[in-house]
Amino acid sequence: MPSLAEKDVDTELHCTHCSDVCDDDSIRADDTVFCCLGCKTVYQILHENGLDAYYRLEDQPGVSLKHNKGKDYYAFIDKEDIQRKILNYLGDDLAKLRLFIPSIHCSSCIWLLENLYKLKNGINLSIVNFPRKELSIDYDPRAITLREVVEMLASLGYEPEITLETTENKNQVSKHQRNLLIKIGVAGFAFGNIMLFSFPEYVGLDRLVEPQFSRFFSFVSMVFSLPVIFFSASDYFKSAWSGLKQRLISIDVPIVIGVVALFTRSVYEVAMAYGTGYFDSLAGLIFFLLLGKWFQGKTYESLLFDRNYKSYFPVAVTKLLHNGKDKDNDRESIPINELVPGDRILIRNAELIPADAVLISEEAWVDNSFVTGESRAVRKCSGDYIYAGGKQAGPVIELEVAREVSQSYLTQLWNKDAFKKSHTSNQKDLINKISKYFTAVVLLIAFGAGTFWLISDPSKALNAFTAVLIVACPCALALATPFAVGSTLRVFGRNGFYLKNGDVVELLANVDEIVFDKTGTITMQSQDRNGITFTGELNEKDKQRIADLTTNSSHPLSRIIAGSLTSNFSTGRNRSISDYTEVKGKGISAKVDGAGVMLGSAEFTGYNYVNGADHRTSRVFVTIDNEKKGFFSITNTYRENFERVIIKLRGAYKMSVLSGDNSAERSFLENVFPENTELYFEQTAYDKLGFVKKRQDTGSNVLMIGDGLNDSGALAQADVGIAVADNVNNFTPASDAILSGSNFSLFPAILSFSKTTVKVIIYSFVLSFIYNIAGLGFAISGNLTPVFAAILMPLSSISVVVFTTGAINLMASKVGFR
Amino acid sequence: MSVIFILILISAVIASTFLIAFIWSVKSGQYDDTYSPSVRILFDDKVKKENKEDSGKTKYNNRKKV
Repeated sequence: MPSLAEKDVDTELHCTHCSDVCDDDSIRADDTVFCCLGCKTVYQILHENGLDAYYRLEDQPGVSLKHNKGKDYYAFIDKEDIQRKILNYLGDDLAKLRLFIPSIHCSSCIWLLENLYKLKNGINLSIVNFPRKELSIDYDPRAITLREVVEMLASLGYEPEITLETTENKNQVSKHQRNLLIKIGVAGFAFGNIMLFSFPEYVGLDRLVEPQFSRFFSFVSMVFSLPVIFFSASDYFKSAWSGLKQRLISIDVPIVIGVVALFTRSVYEVAMAYGTGYFDSLAGLIFFLLLGKWFQGKTYESLLFDRNYKSYFPVAVTKLLHNGKDKDNDRESIPINELVPGDRILIRNAELIPADAVLISEEAWVDNSFVTGESRAVRKCSGDYIYAGGKQAGPVIELEVAREVSQSYLTQLWNKDAFKKSHTSNQKDLINKISKYFTAVVLLIAFGAGTFWLISDPSKALNAFTAVLIVACPCALALATPFAVGSTLRVFGRNGFYLKNGDVVELLANVDEIVFDKTGTITMQSQDRNGITFTGELNEKDKQRIADLTTNSSHPLSRIIAGSLTSNFSTGRNRSISDYTEVKGKGISAKVDGAGVMLGSAEFTGYNYVNGADHRTSRVFVTIDNEKKGFFSITNTYRENFERVIIKLRGAYKMSVLSGDNSAERSFLENVFPENTELYFEQTAYDKLGFVKKRQDTGSNVLMIGDGLNDSGALAQADVGIAVADNVNNFTPASDAILSGSNFSLFPAILSFSKTTVKVIIYSFVLSFIYNIAGLGFAISGNLTPVFAAILMPLSSISVVVFTTGAINLMASKVGFR
Repeated sequence: MSVIFILILISAVIASTFLIAFIWSVKSGQYDDTYSPSVRILFDDKVKKENKEDSGKTKYNNRKKV
């Protein structure tokens, strides 16, 4: 609980390793305190290996090990075909792999992970890529197995994320960025050199030097421009052509026309010894355009936007072999796509059920919050059918697989069209809307000027025709969007709102309807102290006992109660807890400080209480030494400023709420949202997707904001899908954007700022049109000289760039963004 | 004045060398991660004594395989 840790710095004990608040000082080593045995173990490993510097680089840099996975969790890595998926290279004495480790967060992490070779023999090299939270490892497969490598990382708290998604995914993005960088390098190199050779002309020296030099200079310039047009600009040719094939005139078409006109006219001039050409303008143009592309290409690589159900599912499950006698070898880890109906599988506490299955064990508590949004665990009995996507809460259960993974409930949803359709294809963004008319007008003017001069002075006709095409090349126009959107992305990123790509900004500005998910989106699943009350009476000693008991349980309600009590009580003294039992879904009991404490449902603790109409609160009853003490009422907590967010959005947007939960909070939500807001409860993932689709069919641009797996269908279907995440590196369903939960109150500001961005883009369009018109004046009259072009083009580009980035950042600070 | 032809040729060769160096540096991944090296350079390797050979080897590998 970091919030707690910040508030009570002086009174609380903090774990030396992970900085979590320690319950007491019973776990210690070398005069330092730890919150759990996991942290202490890591400390000792590091200490024995002389890696204490880990703690010197940053204060309490470690990752809490309280939620560690079971012992056999990584057994599946021993399977050969899974290894092949994870490893990038496997030779006799060398294996290479790259792992995504979400918990990398500080410089100590980098230091420790790059010193792994000191901890384990066989690891040759490990290198961290911090922005992408990746660790590349080279190891010797003869000395250490892959499973040992992964288990060692997990034991240090750096649990790598291994799912089918990450194993199937290869790195395409970085290759693309590298290519773009090289193209920029080549264009910049040519631009600089060509400018040098054009320098005599810029300052009017060309008439002084001998003509053979200026011919030589322009020839060299031409040679330098070849890689620019054939290599650096190649993407523009490709995308213009693929656009034309789809009968779409994108902004790349007029750019390509301008570039080709520039190049052919320059080559012609040089070949005919008639002038020096416009090679400097050409190289500069491509250089600036590529810079814009690079700026816009800034994405948040360490965040995963494209997760589908596969990334939630584990890579492997434990299959029971039932070969009778041999007890040690009766289970095997197999990849989930090898599961066939009839297989018996084991699911441990908090593991996800990967396929629709029938329960063999007597009883199971299934938490379906991933699928339905309903946060309560459901009791299932032997023989019950359990859908894929549920989580077991409690002891190990045995299941018989009923359908293959690919046919299960969840995957059926994922195979719906919404997930296949690509978002951008049918989106007509601003620039492409304009470019159609722009191209037509430019061609019209060019031919008009050409024919005019053909009649009056044929020697100037070709000159004027090409000059119009050159000057009208929409360089500044094409730069406006990348720089405006790129700056907006950075502003949003600083404020905890991450966009998948720049196109989302324009889509965001067009939204007119917002669909909210309830659980996890507008309510919080965290352990906030507000909204918890106790009915009855408790003395200090009892409170202390309850605090001690609840800190030992991982149940969400226990954590909330513990959070509300430990802030008022010192948990520094070492009290004995014995006979601890936790009955999943019912309650916990133990002997604390000599008294038998029971916490849980009415039935469990012996109360005669019928759960009435008020579902908005969860109740936890307390019995101490068989004496009924009362109950805690825990209300669902809404996000900070939730009401104010809705008030700000009122009027501007049509809103609706879809909830997987029951309708207990209907009256509260009706008060907050404007009248006639549609509120739907007990919605399945299908229902949500269907609702969004129905709204879109009426012509609305729908924004869906949700968090769970059960929202993913709707998030993908919506024009803009925003995933809310309390920890942006943890589970977020596939979406266009990720909003950090703590910044939920900025949501209205983000929406209105996307509109500001579009306005800035439009103003910069106007600015670049002014340049184009001014240039056209010279071009039509046949007076466009290379020097003039060399000044006008960079000037228009740079001023547009300065205007857009300046305006965006100015507006951002005005609105109050960081 | 004709020496200018040779000078330009030399300058073009030098400039191209730098371009090639840039392309090599991009291709070898030096621009993939522009943050971590800034942190890495501040680590000092105090615990080298016990296995000097080992860490030396790794350093060498570091350079070679990135």
